[in-house]
Amino acid sequence: MNGKKVYLDHAATTPLDPRVFAAMSPYFEEHYGNPSSVHTFGQKAEAAVESARETVAMILNCKPKEILFTSCGSESDNLALRGAALAQRETNNRKWVLVAPVEHHAVTHTAEQLAELHDFQLEWLPTDKFGRVTDKALQQAICDDTAIVSVMYANNEIGSINDLAALAELCRQKNIPFHSDAVQGAAYLSTNVQTLNVDLMALGAHKFYGPKGVGALYVREGMKLHPSQTGGGQEFGLRAGTHNVPYIVGFAEALRITQEEAEQHNTHMQALRDRIIDQVLETIPDSKLTGHRTERLPNHTSFVFKGVDGNALLMMLDVEGFACSSGSACKTGDPEPSDVLTSMGYDREWALGSLRITVGRHTTDEDVESFLNTLPVLMERSRTLEAV
Amino acid sequence: MTDSKPTVVVAMSGGVDSSITAALLQQQGYQVIGMMMRLWTEEGREAHNRCCTPASMALARRVAAQLDIPFYAVDAQDTFKETVVSYFLDGYAQATTPNPCLACNRHIRWEFLLNRALALGADFMATGHYARVERAEDNPIRLLKAIDESKDQSYVLSVLTQAQLQHALFPLGDYTKDEVRDLARKFELPVAERQDSQDLCFLADTDINSFLQRNLPEVEQPGPILSVDGEHLGQHQGLAFFTIGQRKGLGISAPHPLYVIAKEPDKNTLIIGPHEALGSQELWATDFNWVSDQAPSADLRAEVKIRYKSKAARATISTQDNGDVHMLFDEPLRDITPGQAAVVYDGDEVLGGGVIRPAVSDQAIPIPLGEVRLHA
Repeated sequence: MNGKKVYLDHAATTPLDPRVFAAMSPYFEEHYGNPSSVHTFGQKAEAAVESARETVAMILNCKPKEILFTSCGSESDNLALRGAALAQRETNNRKWVLVAPVEHHAVTHTAEQLAELHDFQLEWLPTDKFGRVTDKALQQAICDDTAIVSVMYANNEIGSINDLAALAELCRQKNIPFHSDAVQGAAYLSTNVQTLNVDLMALGAHKFYGPKGVGALYVREGMKLHPSQTGGGQEFGLRAGTHNVPYIVGFAEALRITQEEAEQHNTHMQALRDRIIDQVLETIPDSKLTGHRTERLPNHTSFVFKGVDGNALLMMLDVEGFACSSGSACKTGDPEPSDVLTSMGYDREWALGSLRITVGRHTTDEDVESFLNTLPVLMERSRTLEAV
Repeated sequence: MTDSKPTVVVAMSGGVDSSITAALLQQQGYQVIGMMMRLWTEEGREAHNRCCTPASMALARRVAAQLDIPFYAVDAQDTFKETVVSYFLDGYAQATTPNPCLACNRHIRWEFLLNRALALGADFMATGHYARVERAEDNPIRLLKAIDESKDQSYVLSVLTQAQLQHALFPLGDYTKDEVRDLARKFELPVAERQDSQDLCFLADTDINSFLQRNLPEVEQPGPILSVDGEHLGQHQGLAFFTIGQRKGLGISAPHPLYVIAKEPDKNTLIIGPHEALGSQELWATDFNWVSDQAPSADLRAEVKIRYKSKAARATISTQDNGDVHMLFDEPLRDITPGQAAVVYDGDEVLGGGVIRPAVSDQAIPIPLGEVRLHA
């Protein structure tokens, strides 16, 4: 087994930035108060949470009271979709939920639950061949009865970026709440909610070098939501539970650093990304890029290879020291082609052979070089295996 | 592979034996990788499969994490169904009593999984079987019984060829049951104490008969029960539900115990009789695998096991022109069962094994186990 490990799965998660860790540290042992308490211990903690909220609001170009802290991106998606759909039905008796099948499961499974348990009508938005929702498709799908539309900022599996501003504008005209899962996008792209024009937007810290276990939801002022968690009334009564102070501090610090250093990191990652895309397509027969070539996350590459067991390929890569991912990756040995690739029309023979390589701030030219040298060899081996 | 240590893939199950296998090999200096197969289970019964439930996979994953070795799950559901389950069902359709563990060892563990292990760059694959391999230069690799004969599993490994044995490690074969129990304590691995079971993994807590009824409904085919003298004694519900030597469940009352003596699929007839009528002094085995890859040139005297847990019996072994093997026992044996393996031993060494053919020569021969394709 290879000695050096190369991590190429930054869409799954990223390492914690030591600066973020340093910002979090005092809030474990030193300033451990509960922000809801009256005394000075509580005041100190409350100040930290509210300061974090301000930081995030500034970056998103919104008011602090429009920012909610949650436990993760998935929770934010759940609160946005379920909360808005239920509120819309209550006030306007609207019953249609519109999402694309390429959305993260946090969105699709929530939408399915709304249909199954709460009698909403679910309509799947069609996507183009890059997995994006076009304004034409959305225009045709929305109506006065639409309770919520959810379109992700950038796709986790295939990296394609949606034109949120244009899509959100269509919804704005009809007064339909527009939510975006920006868990991947926020790590690399602008999070200005005024230009993006969204009503709701979900974020998760661990995609941008923050800690796991903390997320945020932007909720435009005036947007009615039903709470996801009832209790002590924290987070404007929408998400009860004692604040996770150090993680909220970490969220804000990680987002601040990410936005501040975005240009530098994105330039670095995009060069690596383009090198991987060009060389893989050139050197590996029967390979296709999934998602858009240029309108994609700067760190994101994703492919399908005909007649390859994507799972076996991942194991071989791991043994050689390269940590990657695949749309059909399954830790329990029960692979199914990913919903995303299937909905985009890839047949089983291609969809089972998917591979995602996502670089990060610390990925080097040498890392990419050695990956690109190894991949064709393993691909050949993997294809021989399938032929048996 | 920059490391010079040999790499071994351990087929893990979350149970004690495979977990200790991994720990032992790591201690012996191998680079160990854990792999676990997701095998086929009837829809809706996944949680009952004896060896690859989500819970046992989680356990194997924890063992791997504790040993700090990589662990991968591989999907073998389709290939398991196509090879092992269909071998099992086809055998019953022919009114034999097939041993699916033979097909599993030949094609799932030691072909499908071994190929994946080799593709990962492994030099060896190990399982928690109790058996031994002995390697000597220029000689064929020998397959031996476990040191602890009460745990010996060489019977189900008799299907292995030299190409497979070349990559095979069975570290537990060198230990007694008590020593393994001590090792389990010593390694402090979070493994499940699984009951030793003769049940087949994919039966998933149901019995063979109900499994057959669900998956091969055509076996339910009533026919006559005759005595050895041809007297009509009653009706059976399908030959597949009976095994040679079976005493219980015949549904016939008689002053003396009655046993299944023979099955005649062409007439759909079950022959039963007293204990004395049971047994035969000879058998023919087909689809025979000589472990050394060389069939002996002359008749030989050896011991034979006709079931996994049966006692070895002395016999004279002769190879036929078509590769089938005739075995003439010194004493008649009761439980010669078509579909089970007859495995030939010389002391501790497994010389080879084959599948017992139905006694009546004009009957269809058992479904062949098929060739092994390794691409190392």
